[in-house]
Amino acid sequence: MNLKKYILRQADNTLILGQRLAEWCGHGPVLEQDIAITNFALDLIGQARSLYQYAAEVEGEGKTEDDLAYLREAIDFYNVLLVELPNGNFGKTIARQFFFDAFNYYFYIELQKSKDQQLAAIAEKSIKEVTYHLRYTSEWMIRLGDGTAESHEKMQTAVNDLWAYTSEMCTPDALDQEMQEAGIGVDLQKIKASWDAKVKDILAQATLEIPENSWMQTGGKNGKHTEHLGFVLAEMQHLQRTHPGATW
Amino acid sequence: MNISIPEIWQILETVSDPEVPVLTVVDLGVVRKVEVQDGKLRVVITPTYSGCPAMNVIEMNIRIALAAEGYPDAEISTVLSPAWTTDWMSEAGKQKLKAYGIAPPVGAVVDKGALFAEPKKVPCPLCDSLDTEMISQFGSTACKSHYKCNVCLEPFDYFKCH
Repeated sequence: MNLKKYILRQADNTLILGQRLAEWCGHGPVLEQDIAITNFALDLIGQARSLYQYAAEVEGEGKTEDDLAYLREAIDFYNVLLVELPNGNFGKTIARQFFFDAFNYYFYIELQKSKDQQLAAIAEKSIKEVTYHLRYTSEWMIRLGDGTAESHEKMQTAVNDLWAYTSEMCTPDALDQEMQEAGIGVDLQKIKASWDAKVKDILAQATLEIPENSWMQTGGKNGKHTEHLGFVLAEMQHLQRTHPGATW
Repeated sequence: MNISIPEIWQILETVSDPEVPVLTVVDLGVVRKVEVQDGKLRVVITPTYSGCPAMNVIEMNIRIALAAEGYPDAEISTVLSPAWTTDWMSEAGKQKLKAYGIAPPVGAVVDKGALFAEPKKVPCPLCDSLDTEMISQFGSTACKSHYKCNVCLEPFDYFKCH
């Protein structure tokens, strides 16, 4: 049973997305949204820390959260492809975040029932934060989608561009099934139904069209990434790679 | 060593939250338990938000305060469940927040509401008017939203329910 890999998938989702969002710091369209996006980043990196600490404990080799974040190669990261995609414009960042939040929200709701007490506790803590996230990104999807002709077009483009990366989150593989059967992991098919309903509802309110069923990209959950992840890691890991063991 | 639990709580009452210094860590409700196990002092704390950067500083400040009072070997551990809620903030803490210019949390549930729900009416901490509006759900720290008062026209922070 590979509990460590299961924990790392969510830890990597939250760390990489948090790192992506942090790129907005000082570049938000207006101050309030700059602050909001960096608040999201902080919450997600906080969740990642709890998950990495637990993954390190499960592994039992004396590693720390920092070892897991800073000293693994791209092929050993198991985040979904969606979270590593570049920010694009503000609308694309919001669309990517909305798609992930809709997953993250239902994921943590289910994970609270995990037999694994530490995962349940992390979920109980995180769900409060993600509740704010999903509300915020839902509102912005509608505001921008049902906004001006230009904002509508940009949002529809963002939705179309990201769509092929959305199914990986809710598609179970052998590890997901194993974890679910053990009572530790969540039922991704149940989450998929909730995700579909939420996305359908918000996109309808936003006057945005759901793209026709198309080819779906997968691979991140097993370490096969887009070319973008390497650049994220290069920046994030640079200091620890150049000065091993450096501390504040 | 003979450890007096009430004395430990008194020491903890002197440790401030680094982001909102008018609140002690006890006011804030982040100290969950003080106990003695096998003669060793153990203090259990819980984070307000997962990514709250104040938590490491809080832990360090608790360690320093206890050491200064003769308890250098305290074990400080963190628990996540039950998750921290603003309900654990003391009444004294809420009054201190208001006096400091931050509106204390209103009500007992998370401010999630329904999509596009009207935000809660938050009284202005300066003039007590209820004619206020939310500027942003996300404020200067993870625990605060940004509001403005339509009567005295002052902007203010609201410590959001969580």
